[in-house]
Formats: sequence, structure tokens, C-alpha cells
Amino acid sequence: MKRALQFAFFLFIVRPVLLIVLGMNVRGREHLPEKGPAVLVANHNSHLDTLTLMALFPLKDLHLLRPAAAADYFLANKWLAWFASTVINIIPLTRGAVKKNPLADLEAALDRSEILILFPEGSRGEPEKRAEFKRGVAYLAKARPDAPVHPVFMHGLGKALPKGSLILVPFNCDVIAGEPIAWTGDAASFMGELETRMTALAGEGHFQPWE
Amino acid sequence: MPIPEGLPENVFYAIAVIYGLLIFASVVVAVMKRMALGEAQTEAMAELSKRVTSWWFMITIFTVAIVTNRIVSTVFLAFMTFLAFKEYLSLIQTRRVDRLILLFAYWTIPAQFYFAHLNSYGLFLTFIPVWTFLFIPMAMTLAGKTEGFLRAVGTISWGLMITVFALSHTAMLLAADESVAGPAGGAGLLLFLVALTQFNDVAQFTWGKLFGRHKIVPKVSPKKTWEGFLGGLASTILGAAIAGPYLTPLPFYYAAAAGAMIAIAGFLGDITISAFKRDLGVKDSGGLIPGHGGILDRVDSLTYAAPVFYHAMHFFVFSGRV
Repeated sequence: MKRALQFAFFLFIVRPVLLIVLGMNVRGREHLPEKGPAVLVANHNSHLDTLTLMALFPLKDLHLLRPAAAADYFLANKWLAWFASTVINIIPLTRGAVKKNPLADLEAALDRSEILILFPEGSRGEPEKRAEFKRGVAYLAKARPDAPVHPVFMHGLGKALPKGSLILVPFNCDVIAGEPIAWTGDAASFMGELETRMTALAGEGHFQPWE
Repeated sequence: MPIPEGLPENVFYAIAVIYGLLIFASVVVAVMKRMALGEAQTEAMAELSKRVTSWWFMITIFTVAIVTNRIVSTVFLAFMTFLAFKEYLSLIQTRRVDRLILLFAYWTIPAQFYFAHLNSYGLFLTFIPVWTFLFIPMAMTLAGKTEGFLRAVGTISWGLMITVFALSHTAMLLAADESVAGPAGGAGLLLFLVALTQFNDVAQFTWGKLFGRHKIVPKVSPKKTWEGFLGGLASTILGAAIAGPYLTPLPFYYAAAAGAMIAIAGFLGDITISAFKRDLGVKDSGGLIPGHGGILDRVDSLTYAAPVFYHAMHFFVFSGRV
């Protein structure tokens, strides 16, 4: 039931909207993982980011995709919680976690060969402006070094639906996927490598500033 | 095969000729692909073959749209315009404060195409160049952010003119009154314009590849040559002179003149959009059509050819001056 709902939502709503109202330019599709365990890491501009990344995968693989999302936001009310956990299939994360291992749920998902979607900026923040990545992704890569980390740069969705707006304005969006990165041996060099890759991906487009 | 009801016979035959040309092009490209030597040639042929495949899709979509009925055709043209305008807005620098104004600008598309559908010349002609032109800067002024005001007004207004207003002339041709539209009706006029504009692009490209030496505007579009331009012009004049008497009310010589007009305007549209892309540092306006780029890359010639052809027809032919 859950899978059918998810399938229908992506087939009849997400994909048509992305295709007709927005329009996507995808580069480096061949770099996306074909199976789990894997981690997708992207910059975050809009609620549409998660849906767009999920729509890049074949519909039959949708159930393998697990976006990590802030529990305090997405589980805040009953309806949103139902939608987030049923249709989007999120892994709720507690911000400012107090648990012993805050990454335990993510590690368990990788152990089940799922594909995680992470936004290490932590929040959507200022649309179309990159914020520094938080280090959680490095600790995850260290704990599960066999799961490749795939950097993905996205542009345009923050213009279409920025934080604080409920009105969708059509814009083409760009998704640029890069080659996966393996665990480098220490957190600082891993984060440096990830940052370099993201900057390089962002540089592949000719994106105009937006403020 | 029965001709669909309501479709002028000549349009049907013209489409058959276009498919004939398409088959011919596919065969030529397939043969050239076999004869390709070395990596560079093989790669170039793969690109060309992708383009021809895209032509099959585009021509088929266009054919279905124009043979169904006038409402479907107009909606199709409006949708194509939406894609072009969206591509334009996605490439340029915009301001967050203008989001609602951009949304409004999108909604001018159905309005403008509705006016075209009604064949309401006055509304069609004033809605964007007068009313929207006045409304957008007013709305921006009331929004209160003056930083980047001129750039925003300038870019949005030009974008609306070059995509929405210019391309909506295609729907206006379609709506031309039966009494003046000629033997194949509005659909014939539209087919004449679009087929010749695209034919001119291909002919220019082919003549340029074969004989191109002298560059016309090297700073804007380094691949455009005088040989390509003149070869395209001659081919399009010939094509127009042959097709004109069947698809338009124009006799042989006038049709040839219309062909020249379409070829020259098409070329100017092409390099104008090139100048815009070069300013932004992009090669293609998007990635929608494999081998071609974006929608704007495909309709660039039409942005000039459509208004020029329509207004020439309106002034000389529809009004009965010629």
C-alpha cells in the first residue's frame, strides 16, 4: 500500500510537475548509484530538492530512497508526518541530537542496502546560496566506508519555490551529479574533498546570481 | 489513406512532402555515418544523427498539433512559447522580489494566445507591447525595491516581446480569416512559415558546412558564413516559390519574396538569440531537445520570422492591398 501510494504520487504528480511546470536539465545521470548502499549528498534550496532527487531514479526503486529529514519540522503535525513517512519515506533526524549515536538510523538503512539522501547544509537556508556542509556525512562515511558518497549540485529550485513561499513559479532547474567519493581516512580531508567536488559541479553551469 | 476531416488537402500533401524530405535526410545521414572516418567524424555524425532523430519527433508533434483542430494547435503553440519563455527566465538574472511579477508574466501567455485565437488584431497587438509593458514596471515600483530595477524591467520586457509576443504571431496566422487565408487556410499559412523557417535553418547549416568560408558575424556566431546564408536564402526562396501557391494566397513571385523575407528574418532571429546566449556565457539555452539544445535554440529563427511574415501578410495581403 505504502509503495503503491508512493509510486502513484511520483508518477502522477511529481514527474508531471517537474517535466511540464518546471523542466529539468540533468547532467551526469550516469554517476547516480544504481543500487544501495549509497549516499546522495546535495545542496539544499527548496522543499522540491528531495522530490527532484527522488524523481531521478526509476519508479521501481523509489522505496529504496531514504531522505534524512528534521524530525522537529516534518513530524510537527499529523498530516505532514503521515505524508513525510509514508509517501516520502523519510528517516527522521533529531536536530541537536541527544542520543548516543545520532547516525544509528542512517547506518541501519545503509546496512539494508538503501540509498540515503542527505542535505549536509542542515536547512534550506538562503535559497540559491550554498552554506557550509556539516560534518555528519563524514562520520557516516567513516562508519560505512563501503557506501559511496555521491555529490549532487542543484540550481533553480530555490527560485521556483524558496523557503517561506507557497507559490510555485516555473523555472528550469539544473541537477549536476558527480562521481562518487570514497572515505578518505579522516573527516577533515573528506569534507575538503566533498567541498571541492561540489564547487567544481557548481562551476559546470553558468548560473546567474539571485537575490 | 483518408485525409482527416476539416484539414485542407494541400496541408496534407505538404506534410507528406516534409516527411519525404525527412526520410531523405535520414538516409543521407545513415550513409554518411557508415562512411565516417576517424573519431572526430564519427562523433560529428553521431551528433547529426541525434539531430535528425529529434526532427522526427518535433515534426510528428507539430503535425499532430496542426492536423487535430485549431484549438489544439493554438494550445500547442502557447505551450511551446511557455517553454521558450521559461528557458529565457531561467537563464537570466532575476530578483526574488519579482517572483509574483514573473508569475504574472507567465499568465500573459494564455491571454495573448486567446486574443490570437479570437483573431482580435487590436488586443493582440496592444496586450504585451502596451498594457504589459506599462504594467510590469508599475508593479515593480509598487513592490518597492529599486536596486536592479532597470535591469529587471528591461530583461523581462524584452523576454516577453522576443518569446511571447513574437511567437504568438504563429497562432495569429492560424486564426486568419478564411476569406483571406488562401487555399489551405490558416493552417497552410502556419505550415508555410514554420516549415520554411526550419528548412532555412537546415539549408543554411548544410550550405555552410559544404562551402562556408567567409564569416558574417564572427563575434556573435562564429559558424555563420556568407556562403551558408546565401545558400539558405536561395534554397528557401525556391522552396517558398514552389509551396506558396498551394499553402498561401500568394502567387509564385510574391511567394518567392515571402521566402526571402523568412530566410533573412530567420537568420537575424538566430543571431540575435546567439548574442543573448553569448552574453550569458551559455552555448545552448537548455537540454530539452537532443542534438539541438533547448527550445529557444530551435525557435530562435521563428522569433523574427513569425512577426515579419505575419505583418507583411497583414499589410499587403489580408488588407487586400496586393
